[in-house]
Amino acid sequence: MNWGQGIADAISLGALYGLVAVGIGLVFGVMRLINFAYGELITAGAYVLAFTSGWPAPLAIVMCFAAVIALALAQERIAFRPLRRQGASPAAMLVATFAVSFLLQAVYLLAFGTRGDIVGTLGGLNSPFTIDGVDIRWITLVSTVTGAVLLLATGALLNRTTIGLHVRASAQDFRTARTLGVRADRVIGLSFVVAGVLAAAVSVLYTVSNPLVQPDMGVPITIFALVGVVVGGLDRLWSAALGGFAVGFVYGLFGDLLSSQQAVYLPSVVYGAVIVVLLLRPAGLFAPFRARQVERV
Amino acid sequence: MRRSALELGVPVLLVAVTALIAGALSQAHQLEFENALVTTAIVVALYVFVGNSGVISFGHVSFVAVGAYLAGVLTVDPQTKAFTMPGLFHVLGHSHIGTIPSLALAAAAGGVYALAVGLPLMRLSGLPAGIATFAVLGITYNVLYYWQKIGPTAQTLSDIPESGRWTIAAGTAIAVVVAYAYQRSRFGRMLRATREDPAAARASGISVYRQRLLGFTLSGALAGLAGGLYVHELGLITPDLFYLDLTFITLAMLVFGGVGSLFGAVIGGLAISALNSFLGDAENTVHVGFRLTLPGGTRLVTIGALMALVIILRPSGLTGGREFGWRQR
Repeated sequence: MNWGQGIADAISLGALYGLVAVGIGLVFGVMRLINFAYGELITAGAYVLAFTSGWPAPLAIVMCFAAVIALALAQERIAFRPLRRQGASPAAMLVATFAVSFLLQAVYLLAFGTRGDIVGTLGGLNSPFTIDGVDIRWITLVSTVTGAVLLLATGALLNRTTIGLHVRASAQDFRTARTLGVRADRVIGLSFVVAGVLAAAVSVLYTVSNPLVQPDMGVPITIFALVGVVVGGLDRLWSAALGGFAVGFVYGLFGDLLSSQQAVYLPSVVYGAVIVVLLLRPAGLFAPFRARQVERV
Repeated sequence: MRRSALELGVPVLLVAVTALIAGALSQAHQLEFENALVTTAIVVALYVFVGNSGVISFGHVSFVAVGAYLAGVLTVDPQTKAFTMPGLFHVLGHSHIGTIPSLALAAAAGGVYALAVGLPLMRLSGLPAGIATFAVLGITYNVLYYWQKIGPTAQTLSDIPESGRWTIAAGTAIAVVVAYAYQRSRFGRMLRATREDPAAARASGISVYRQRLLGFTLSGALAGLAGGLYVHELGLITPDLFYLDLTFITLAMLVFGGVGSLFGAVIGGLAISALNSFLGDAENTVHVGFRLTLPGGTRLVTIGALMALVIILRPSGLTGGREFGWRQR
């Protein structure tokens, strides 16, 4: 039956986009910087998986995590720290992260070519099991569960640890937090590490259903997640996560259920809905009602 | 008076010089120089809004696309159109106009579309504005890709009459002149006031919404004009040309040159295009005192690295937001 499958797939896609949204939202919360190059972290992880396809799965996954976290920290150190120090305008910072994204894509293209590489790790998860006559692939279940676990873990990290307290304080008011003794570089470094962990998880899960790795595969992911983050509400992590989940869910559901004829204008409908939401609730759909309103003229 | 002459004259001079150099080169290089001019026109159009208002717009390439497709479809011979695009609206399918009128119509179309989009969107600021304008880009791309009544959809629109480099240079120069006239006018100043301090601007009686809408519409018209130039330079277009790549390269060129200045927009556009061409040639061996051959793919990496470096180390861009002739404080 189509509905069950559609919903299951949509939920797992939503979970993935929720993770990406948290990765983006976390860095934004602390640095007020949208990382356009986030998708490139996922691509890097995917390439590592592609090149370690023959290795035992746990080892390949560890390599993937290591590479992505290293790249995330490199992004912070090389690109975003100077920007933060300079106090650049929001437009310049946005475009700078885009320039980093463009540069990384060009590097992947130079290093790996346009041909694309295939990931074989965990391919077995594509096989389905059956509930009530509905075929659900194992990966759907794994993605959803992993997504939920990681989100809860991130929440626990932020809410129940000292360093998490520091991160939340920095997100609220960076300057005051530093005055009170919070180590800025440590906090930001941790945010990027967590963002890297989430990105690596996404690259492992995403490549099971989409095994072809190409230099620009991270771009649509970043865009969807970014739309989700802004629509959901930038200021809180859970609203950003919900926004990312919502975008992934809606897209997956309608993409599956509509025939290809009808689905042709689906992007326009989704984008149109995004514009409507932003006009009515610029602080985000899930933001608390009395949220600090975004500047309107 | 002299300062105006420098501020306006130098960018226009750069445009003219580019056209002159283009004439002295082989056919392939000529196309690259013309491309540089058109890209610069797009960057200038983008600057009129983003530079003066401080609000980032990811959607301007939609206006370029609309101008390009309108100018393209209207200048293709009707007999060809009946064959390649049978689904077109009657008005589009049976018209056949010259290049110059098509440019004017392209500008008008860009302006109207920008006005329609801006009416609701100009109330937003910051990141929501960016995302909303990006959504506009997404919608435009989607519609152009599938709606058969307004164009060839996913297929290439071809057989468009091509213009010489002086038409293109003139078009770019017009964009520069209009941008300059706007930024020196009351309206440009008012918009810049909203960029610097919205609260103070409002307290001085400036309607932020109205000025942004005006800037957005004008910049949309210039983008439409640039689109018309683009289609007459290339002779053929597809929707993919007017999506993410063009959006980001023009934004990056603008920030690279300096978001707050017209000179920055022109310099950013011409410089990056020139570097792009040079590196493209170097990948096929070039003589610079010695033979230089770069491995394939280094062009993009170099451009990306250079842009990233400049933007990170000097976010105000090459010009630091100053026009030509301004003294460094």
